[in-house]
Amino acid sequence: MFDYETLRIIWWAILVFLICGFAVMDGFDFGIAMLLPFLGKTDDQRRVMLNTIGATWEGSQTWLVTLGGITFGAWSIVYAVLFSGVYAGLLLLLFALFLRPVGFDYRSKLACPKWRSFWDWGLFVGGTVPAVVLSLAAGNLMLGLPFELDGDMRSRYDGGLFDLFTPFPLLCVLVGVSLCLMHGATFLHWRTENELAERAQKVIQLSSLMFIALFVLAGIYIAFGVEGYRVTSVIDTTITANPLHKTVEKGIGLWLSNYSAYPLLLLAPLIAMSSALLTPFFSAKGQSATAFVASSLAMIGAIITAGGSMFPFVLPSSLNAISSLIIWDSSGSHYTLKMLLAATVVFMPIVLGYTIWVYRIMRGKVTVEQIQANQHTMY
Amino acid sequence: MISNELVELSRLQFALTAMYHFLFVPLTLGLSFILAIMESVYVMTGKEIYKDMTRFWGKLFGINFAMGVTTGLTMEFQFGTNWAYYSHYVGDIFGVPLAIEGLMAFFLESTFVGLFFFGWDKMSKLQHLSTTWLLALGTNLSALWILIANAWMQNPVGAEFNYDTMRMELTSFADIFFNPVAQVKFVHTVAAGYVTGSMFVLGISAFYLLKHQDVPFARRSFRIASGFGLAAILSVIVLGDESGYTVGEVQRAKLAAIEAEWHTEEAPADFTLIGFPNEETQTTDYAIKFPYLLGLIATRSIDEKVDGLDAIRELKRNRIQNGMIAYENFQILREDKNNEIAKAIFEKHKTDLGHGLLLKKYTENVVDATPEQIDMAIKDSIPKVAPMFWTFRGMVFCGVLMLFIFAASFYYNMKRDAHNQRWLLKMALWGIPLPWIAGELGWIVAEYGRQPWTIADILPTHLSTSSLTSGQLHGSIAGFFVMYSTLLVIELFLMVKYVRLGASSLHTGNYHFEKQGASHV
Repeated sequence: MFDYETLRIIWWAILVFLICGFAVMDGFDFGIAMLLPFLGKTDDQRRVMLNTIGATWEGSQTWLVTLGGITFGAWSIVYAVLFSGVYAGLLLLLFALFLRPVGFDYRSKLACPKWRSFWDWGLFVGGTVPAVVLSLAAGNLMLGLPFELDGDMRSRYDGGLFDLFTPFPLLCVLVGVSLCLMHGATFLHWRTENELAERAQKVIQLSSLMFIALFVLAGIYIAFGVEGYRVTSVIDTTITANPLHKTVEKGIGLWLSNYSAYPLLLLAPLIAMSSALLTPFFSAKGQSATAFVASSLAMIGAIITAGGSMFPFVLPSSLNAISSLIIWDSSGSHYTLKMLLAATVVFMPIVLGYTIWVYRIMRGKVTVEQIQANQHTMY
Repeated sequence: MISNELVELSRLQFALTAMYHFLFVPLTLGLSFILAIMESVYVMTGKEIYKDMTRFWGKLFGINFAMGVTTGLTMEFQFGTNWAYYSHYVGDIFGVPLAIEGLMAFFLESTFVGLFFFGWDKMSKLQHLSTTWLLALGTNLSALWILIANAWMQNPVGAEFNYDTMRMELTSFADIFFNPVAQVKFVHTVAAGYVTGSMFVLGISAFYLLKHQDVPFARRSFRIASGFGLAAILSVIVLGDESGYTVGEVQRAKLAAIEAEWHTEEAPADFTLIGFPNEETQTTDYAIKFPYLLGLIATRSIDEKVDGLDAIRELKRNRIQNGMIAYENFQILREDKNNEIAKAIFEKHKTDLGHGLLLKKYTENVVDATPEQIDMAIKDSIPKVAPMFWTFRGMVFCGVLMLFIFAASFYYNMKRDAHNQRWLLKMALWGIPLPWIAGELGWIVAEYGRQPWTIADILPTHLSTSSLTSGQLHGSIAGFFVMYSTLLVIELFLMVKYVRLGASSLHTGNYHFEKQGASHV
């Protein structure tokens, strides 16, 4: 049906789509968790915050799990190199995520204030650390990771957890955190009332400005301070997936070369910034749903900006540029990509369908009165 | 060369995290169906008590489900973090069911689990019932896909080695889906999950009956659990996965080890009920045998032989030698893709390449292996008998005990007298751990028995790990140990607290503790 080249592009697009889906769906869960100890002044208020996402956060996290599964199947070597390379970072992410399912389910099952406060901080960690680690990973991906492949395709990684904390990735962390805060606050503003909604509005304004400033700063950094990568040998887009058959150069500003080759790509950063700018206006006018769409677009714009700048690189290597993984040489086999595409085309619309249905059922504002009336059934 | 310590530590971590995950999964599988049955009765009869049952057992389900999700996350990532070479080498096949599991099953269960808890007042009865069934379906579909993936590790079909990409590539999706091992494994494992769910509900209901706490509630729960449980335990035993042990050499080696069949016997082979396997003398001391039974169970025939370990070992010698030839020509091909002679020889022996790779543990170059090294590789290629022999018998013993408990419960239920049989109620209560013990032992039989391979006959465990240091593994194992132990203590604490509260935890005002202490509430 599709040739190998087209399938590789489609699978790159699906990867970006899943990352966007994860960021849009789980980004506000992370944001709300970050805000939990600060915006919720009383136990009831914190419960209101948790219950805005109580019924849906688990489905949202599945985007991340599925992203892992899809990468395993369609981009096996990317999955292998990335996950084993940033070993300690991934464990940190994992241990933080552990606190979420139990935190949500166990927190309100006992009335003891210490118990609840323990889990509130647990949920705070469970939302903040993943947002930080994943943004940090995104920043490091743009710098390239210190790995190299031997002839057997065994990856060797030369670095530790603390090597990930360099200025550019840290800037990316701030970008990611401000996005999650804006996204989370926008959702809170939509689904809560009175005090909580007012506090959320302030967060939206602040985080929106923070994001735009930091995003521009990151752009300048990429233009003048970050070494990008470019394939210098002739690219055969249908070659069998062996990353060692190409040559690659590094250089400051190379991550911007796609913008001159495909000017349409400029739309991504423009959408990211303009949507972020519009978010506080819509929410101030009470158009919460529109504000949420805008903050989602800011997320999507930012992710496509990063992914699009790197195309066709998926995972550049700072240790040995030839080992870099690009979409043409690190994909699954032609047949596997076809099979997985069929599965995705069938199931993704079904997933989206019932996700929308669940959100429709759970629509409406969560109030302190509801919490007090349902002490033993709500989170 | 990869250090043995790293390999052993990686195995230890995988075993710990997988077995820990499997403490929660079977209960999710079984309890989700029991919830769906209870709610179906509620919707059909309109009796509130069945709704209360669904909600109460649902609370316990939730406490367990949270831990299943938590520990499942580890499994999804651990192939990449700790088994990177495996992930690269077979991700093109193994990753496919995992990706589909995410799309088809994880989304389904995790989207509807929230609605199950919070949708009671927001939907029609029928809509909520559908939600519960979809939740149960989601958990079971997830078991289907992960077992398809696991079965491929035991019996790798529908794939081929590609020396240009240095990995196995998928050639037939239908083959991996219809893998006979997958079919057997799926039925056996989900049925074991239903047994776990039933035993859980049965034992806890027995606890209430013994204490005369909410007797009508407990009797109804007991009844559903005994019926569902009896059907489930019969499926587990009758459709036990021994019949899956005839396909593929690794599976056959497992069978021979389980049965301590050191030498191939005349068909139909005897079944060793019990004895003491002796690795030194290659005999089973003090063996008590049932004539013909093994042949019947394993081959479902009276004239097919069950291979003994000595026969399998001889087969291995041959395959390892062919594997060396395959490896030699594979090296030539990597330098010179167009070498037709090497290509022809490689094609002829490529199914034995994996056996050549077994030698990598002893010599990097494979082709220069000494006869002693080949002997060591042959010795490695068969799992140790004693652990297989005992874990299997432990599992079967638990199964037989549970069969008795469920059958007796079902019988006295039919006579409407179960609540008076205190001995039975006590047995049911103390029998709660049985399905967990059986499940973990079963896991050891299947996965320890797969050694020395991660992918049977294709990729040795020794080559499958990531390039990490032992120090990194010590750190992560310590981390998992601390996190998991803490969470387990918390989970058990909550579980016991809610079990003791029973239906009173619903705060409807109709149950034991609320009626007794009504003035205090």
